[in-house]
Amino acid sequence: MGILEVKGVNKRFGGLQALGDVNLSIKENTVHAIIGPNGAGKSTLLNCLVGKLIPDSGSVMFDGQSVLGRKPHEINQMGISRVFQTPEIFGDLSVIENVMIPCFAKRDGAFRMHAFETVAQEKDIVEQAEMMLADVNMLDKRNMHAASMSRGDKRRLEMAMCLVQNPKLLLLDEPTAGMARADTNNTIDLLKEIKEKRDITMAIIEHDMHVVFSLAERITVLAQGTPLVEETPENIKGHPKVREAYLGEAQV
Amino acid sequence: MDAIILQILNGLDKGSAYALIALGLTLIFGTLGVVNFAHGALFMIGAFCAVSLSRLLQLSYTTIDETQKDFLGKPLKVETAYVESWFGPELGSAIIDWAVPLAILLTIPVMLFVGYAMERGLIKHFYKRPHADQILVTFGLAIVLQEVIKYFFGANPIPTPAPSAYVGSLDFGVMLGFDPNVIIYPYWRLVYFLFSLIIIGAVFAFLQFTTFGMVVRAGMADRETVGLLGIDIDKRFTLMFGIAAAVAGLAGVMYTPILSPNYHMGMDFLVLSFVVVVVGGMGSLPGAVLAGFLLGVLQSFASMNEIKAIIPGIDQIIIYLVAIVILLTRPRGLMGRKGVMED
Amino acid sequence: MFGLDKKDTKFLWIVIALTMLTPILLNPFPTDSGLAQFNAGYPALMQRFAIYGLMAIGFNILFGLTGYLSFGHAAFLGVGSYAAVWMFKLLSMNVIPAIILATVVAGLFALVIGYISLRRSGIYFSILTLAFAEMSYRLAYSVFTPITNGETGLQIKLDDPRVLDGAATDGALPVPGLFGLNMNSTYTVDLGAWSFDLNAGYYFCAVIAVLGFYMSLRIFRSPFGMMLRAVKSNQNRMNYTGLNTRPYTLAAFVISGMYAGLAGGLLAAMDPLAGAERMQWTASGEVVLMTILGGVGTLFGPIIGAGFIKYCENIFSKINENILHDWFSFLPDSLESVVVWFFARFVGEGWHLTLGVLFMLIVIFLPGGLVEGGQRIAAWYRNRGKSEDKATKQPAE
Repeated sequence: MGILEVKGVNKRFGGLQALGDVNLSIKENTVHAIIGPNGAGKSTLLNCLVGKLIPDSGSVMFDGQSVLGRKPHEINQMGISRVFQTPEIFGDLSVIENVMIPCFAKRDGAFRMHAFETVAQEKDIVEQAEMMLADVNMLDKRNMHAASMSRGDKRRLEMAMCLVQNPKLLLLDEPTAGMARADTNNTIDLLKEIKEKRDITMAIIEHDMHVVFSLAERITVLAQGTPLVEETPENIKGHPKVREAYLGEAQV
Repeated sequence: MDAIILQILNGLDKGSAYALIALGLTLIFGTLGVVNFAHGALFMIGAFCAVSLSRLLQLSYTTIDETQKDFLGKPLKVETAYVESWFGPELGSAIIDWAVPLAILLTIPVMLFVGYAMERGLIKHFYKRPHADQILVTFGLAIVLQEVIKYFFGANPIPTPAPSAYVGSLDFGVMLGFDPNVIIYPYWRLVYFLFSLIIIGAVFAFLQFTTFGMVVRAGMADRETVGLLGIDIDKRFTLMFGIAAAVAGLAGVMYTPILSPNYHMGMDFLVLSFVVVVVGGMGSLPGAVLAGFLLGVLQSFASMNEIKAIIPGIDQIIIYLVAIVILLTRPRGLMGRKGVMED
Repeated sequence: MFGLDKKDTKFLWIVIALTMLTPILLNPFPTDSGLAQFNAGYPALMQRFAIYGLMAIGFNILFGLTGYLSFGHAAFLGVGSYAAVWMFKLLSMNVIPAIILATVVAGLFALVIGYISLRRSGIYFSILTLAFAEMSYRLAYSVFTPITNGETGLQIKLDDPRVLDGAATDGALPVPGLFGLNMNSTYTVDLGAWSFDLNAGYYFCAVIAVLGFYMSLRIFRSPFGMMLRAVKSNQNRMNYTGLNTRPYTLAAFVISGMYAGLAGGLLAAMDPLAGAERMQWTASGEVVLMTILGGVGTLFGPIIGAGFIKYCENIFSKINENILHDWFSFLPDSLESVVVWFFARFVGEGWHLTLGVLFMLIVIFLPGGLVEGGQRIAAWYRNRGKSEDKATKQPAE
């Protein structure tokens, strides 16, 4: 029984069957990659997991509870954090504030009127955020305006914001999309480092096979909205069905 | 039945004004992505074009007619309008009488220029700024325009009559087989309604059948792509702003016999027109027109005594109520495109 | 002190000192000098500084922190005024129950309007609040006439019940007061050629305004304030961080509505009448302008903005052509009349024109408001100092 169990999920957009009978199980403490050609339904699947879309049928169970019908913030409170394709951070805030906000969310829930403490008085939170920043080597940038950082740093910050919540499941939506090779390698290293330091379950949606094969322990291949195979990276490499999905039938 | 027809007719002229203003607002919002709080001021400027022209035409010189005496026994001073002396008394007085429709000829170039100047001088610099900034700067501009008009024309409404041929009312009911004097409708309101239909038709035809219009429509749908095609979209949008201004101005000119122009008429109409745009759907031209007429008619129904007896005050707030309900149940408005400012 | 860090405590003390000394600071010119017309230290005006300052502080909590631009805040001001006048009519001329009720009623009203309006954001939110405010304004004129007294406005009368005060004895209309201290009582200090009015009403407003400022300072520095800034910055990220944005924005909306209601209550406490024109959308626009002018999202900006606008309104409205002729009498006659004609458009009746021009200039050239302008000048001044230093040092090297 995995931490995330997707069973028989269907999603239609008008005449287009975006997801057809998707079954997926992600085991605790594994890095699970979901790959597939463009339009395979990867993003739709992800959006169904985080509450942005509601599947037409099927079930999505996380940690024994259904996530269907819950809002994104409720799903996050259940323990799922998400990294976006382009880093979503609080650009107008300082780096340390960016990390403190998820700490507050984790401790105080979706809403609390803590209008009468000052931020500085929340020693635990500040400490927690600083430790996290130290973890991702950004402590020296703690007072920087987040929007003024480089893209690589923004990605790093976004990861820190997710990790500081100690999520049970971290979803990564093409974390290296549009990155130069060097940045991609840095991101891979960062993720490996994270994986070594803590027990964490990750689901990565990715285009770049280099990233996938460097990180993943399990790989699911999606094509036309349906999972084709689920295998270890070694077994995926020469898998005929995967070739077919990626290269098209003409070449087979 | 007769009461219903009467209220529909009554709502049409106000609805026409809403529709015309909302049409311009939508054109600007759809093409330029700018929320123009000064659009009501453009409507007002149009109305004051009519006032100015009628004053200009009435400019006169004084001659002393020795043959006649006034009641003090002095020679009578006779004022003759220049127009009358130039074109002869008959044609001259006819021209003065027709000042309001003639003002259309003045309004079009004036409004095109005002629109051009506004877009090039001010709005252009706000394309990339947040909506809040656009709202605020055009709000400031609206105050300025309003105060300038107030300085030149004073704070009181200035009655500007329609040509005398259109002063009466049409007994509409008789045509439909009702008793006489049950459904009567002032001629000028009928003229205004037809006029607005012509303008709306012209705008739609322009957008539908000219290449210029095609580019603008494409730009409304997807600005960036059109920019990529190598079309200088900015220049066209400037002209579009001028056209939107002209539409608002024309709506104002012809409205003067219905509502004596005053300096704050722009603001009064603006708030309502915004509501109209929102109800119709941000960025939808047919939506703006439809919602304009719909709300005009609704408002006139709400001001029926029978309705007011049931829900007092409903005539004052009906439009806002409709807007609130629409925004909450169907945020993109009646005919808005999906995804356009839906959040 | 006060749960603030050193810098903020200092800041708060400066604000307290400035507000307490306002009657003196604003009367820098001797009473009979020609410049006395620029004095602003008379009670009615100072009260307005404090009241509108308070309102702008509250508005800034919503607009400055969350970025939600409300065009309907005047409605809360109006509701507060009506509530306060009703308290004067029914209960007592004491201002305390009046302003408490004003705040509570405005808060409830804001809760309803906010709950609906905040389901949308951006321009839709602005238009929704505008629609609500216009609706309240229209209703105040029509259906709610029994409560608002329509166009005449709500006033206190001799035969109002005032259950706590008992019947009026001397046949004069009672004056709002604080446990016997009348709000209109003024103690005038004459110091040489100067004269300073120390007015009970002003000090009452000032104390409340300082409390309001302190509250906003606490909110700005609190985790709650940080969340509000996060709302402005990136709502998407907030949702995916497990935070529900709506209660945060609603709380900010209600708080700022309560500030506006309190300001409305104070307006009524200084002069016990309330009219619907206070709710008009131009009045809402004025608050927006104050906040923008001073500096959106800065602590001190809204107060400066409110003071600046109310001061200019007062001074500009007072100046007339004769005064302008005096000023420009040094110019040649023909030039003088042109200059006077030009400036006359902006003063007296023309104050609104000045307001509009100011609005545009600020939004175009100084989106950060006066506070940012001040910072820019300071930075420029420092840089200039530095570059001069460099210039002088370079030859030596």
